Amino acid sequence: MMNTVIQTKTLTLVQAINEAMDTMLKENEQVILLGEDIGKNGGVFRATDGLQEKYGEDRVLDTPLSEAGFVGAAIGMAVNGFRPVVEIQFLGFIYPAYEQIMTHASRLRMRTMGYYTVPMVIRAPYGAGVRAPEIHCDSTEAIFTHMPGIKVVCPSNPYDAKGLLIAAIEDPDPVLFLEPMRSYRSVRDEVPDGKYIVEIGKGNRLIEGEDVTLISWGAMVPVALKAAEQMKVRGIHCDVLDLRTLYPLDHELIAESVQKTGRTVIVHEAHATGGVGNDIVSIINDTSFLFQKAPVERVTGFDTPVPYFGFEDHYLPTPKRVVHAIEKVMKY
Amino acid sequence: MIKQFPIQQFLDENGKILNKDIRSQITTELVKNFYQHCVRIRTFDRKAISLQRQGRIGTYAPFEGQEAAQVGSALALQQDDWLFPTYRDHGAAMTFGHSLRNILLFWNGRNEGCIPPEGKKIFPPAIPIATQIPHAAGAAYAEKRKGTKNAAIVYFGDGATSEGDFHEGINFASVMKAPVVLFNQNNGYAISVPINKQMSSQTIAQKALAYDIPGVRIDGNDIFVVYFETLKALERARQGQGPTLIEAVTWRYGAHTTADDPSKYRDQTESQQRRHTMDPLLRIEHFMKNEGMYDEHWINEIEEAAQAEIDLAVQEMEEFPVANPADIFDHVFAEPTWGIQKQKEEYLRLLEVNP
Ligand SMILES: Cc1ncc(C[n+]2csc(CCOP(=O)(O)OP(=O)(O)O)c2C)c(N)n1
Repeated sequence: MMNTVIQTKTLTLVQAINEAMDTMLKENEQVILLGEDIGKNGGVFRATDGLQEKYGEDRVLDTPLSEAGFVGAAIGMAVNGFRPVVEIQFLGFIYPAYEQIMTHASRLRMRTMGYYTVPMVIRAPYGAGVRAPEIHCDSTEAIFTHMPGIKVVCPSNPYDAKGLLIAAIEDPDPVLFLEPMRSYRSVRDEVPDGKYIVEIGKGNRLIEGEDVTLISWGAMVPVALKAAEQMKVRGIHCDVLDLRTLYPLDHELIAESVQKTGRTVIVHEAHATGGVGNDIVSIINDTSFLFQKAPVERVTGFDTPVPYFGFEDHYLPTPKRVVHAIEKVMKY
Repeated sequence: MIKQFPIQQFLDENGKILNKDIRSQITTELVKNFYQHCVRIRTFDRKAISLQRQGRIGTYAPFEGQEAAQVGSALALQQDDWLFPTYRDHGAAMTFGHSLRNILLFWNGRNEGCIPPEGKKIFPPAIPIATQIPHAAGAAYAEKRKGTKNAAIVYFGDGATSEGDFHEGINFASVMKAPVVLFNQNNGYAISVPINKQMSSQTIAQKALAYDIPGVRIDGNDIFVVYFETLKALERARQGQGPTLIEAVTWRYGAHTTADDPSKYRDQTESQQRRHTMDPLLRIEHFMKNEGMYDEHWINEIEEAAQAEIDLAVQEMEEFPVANPADIFDHVFAEPTWGIQKQKEEYLRLLEVNP
């Protein structure tokens, strides 16, 4: 019998994303990439580096500068047999395409009772913390989790990024794939070669603990982990969950954890009001009310536009703010 | 279309006047003013790049190569006009009277950098492409409704013409006969995407045809044609004849921003060559030499003056008080909502006990 050894490579998050697209372009002729500066330039973050060279201009398209145009066109292509993966240069520039996503990508299946479907992926780097100019720092996932008919995915590490992106490309429905810009090059993982999948809709427990459930995703995962480390020194053990998918939420994992700890702190970078944190509170309320020992704390960005980077260290949740919230639920 | 919209030049590459009609309006003073502003903004641009490299400001969008387009158009404005820049048009904003310190603050991540000097109608730089075009149409239309003779100028790049906001803004302006000049700097690239991949139309000026407004295609490195054509368009606007689309054909020598590596998508030797053939400052120098206006001593003086002014602005930017976290909360609404107020109090309290 042959022993199959899974080859791995050490990759950054952005390289893992590149690998996922490379893998799927190779495997499936219908996969096609569209976006601004993704071809010759390889994307402003180099997420598509080398892919146009490898697969040609017909499969990796530099589009005109019009998000409504190329997202709308991708819907047409998806309906007509392709699997488009579009890149929005920064999540803050998705708004011209909002109408296409809201009124078409997300509801064409329902409008036609499944006759037309939109298997497309919209990739977008998001989030603050890299001293980028304004609008380049938004974290508006909740606008899309609120939108029926589109899944929202947000990995925090290279392994998940590759597996989730492949899952997104194979998904029969539209998926918004959010990439934490701040973690693009700051985390490395052993990532398997070739194709593998991380299931959409499933979160992941990063650290096992009994005292407090700490829930986050994307670029806030490292912040949560730091806070957990600091609490561990003080003898408080956090159950750290990385949600990975923001719609649909992994309600089973959340319920299981909060029923064990009875205390929860949610960390997200987006504004508090209408944030995904509130949906998590609802899940806790619906599934685990009687297990709660303290009200759920949310550590979030403020209900203000993301300020210019001179202020962003104040705006962004920090381990300090998370520790403060953990102390609060512990003391309650 | 290239034939219908030829690139107009008033001053050729050798500094020779091609348009005799403007001859009488070209005074030494005007030429020196053109040149001095070009030197000033170029000095600023180079300084800003070096500040970024030293980590003293954030990502920066340079405009070197586009000085004639920005200075010529901004000098055509009247004191009470409006200016709507993008992230690359602070050369125009400076020329129109923006504060250098504030422009530097903007690039150093401070909202204070968006505030123009008292009474100056300068919008914050547009970061999302083309979004400023409808604003300019609206501000101009408001001037018309108020019965003033003020106009607006709005800057945008070649890539911006692909966005819906460009078409919606220009159409609104055309229907309302808004007194606005739509000033396009066609620098050949939208980040890495060359113009021939951006559009099939051979010119940007021709897009005016669809909206039944005048479209003018000019050499954006010829400050004379830029200045006089912008003046003419502004005059039309003030007379109630509506918007004009100007396509100023130019070139950015450097990177899209300091975060960009142009060698990924174009051969940078072309930029080097253009410095010797198409440079907007060089062209004014040729003209000054031809006319006997060239004065090395004066040039040294204005270069030193620009340097001193910019050094002072850098110092003022660096001495500016550190960001006050309360500001994040205080300017979202006229009156903070209870939620914002609560977040502010909690955060400031946390900073107090645990700085
Ligand atoms: C709506 C939107 N999409 C994408 C971007 C990212 N982006 C910033 S500048 C740029 C290219 C703009 O090119 P052009 O309009 O020609 O102006 P230039 O930068 O050459 O002055 C792009 C794609 C953005 N700022 N806004």
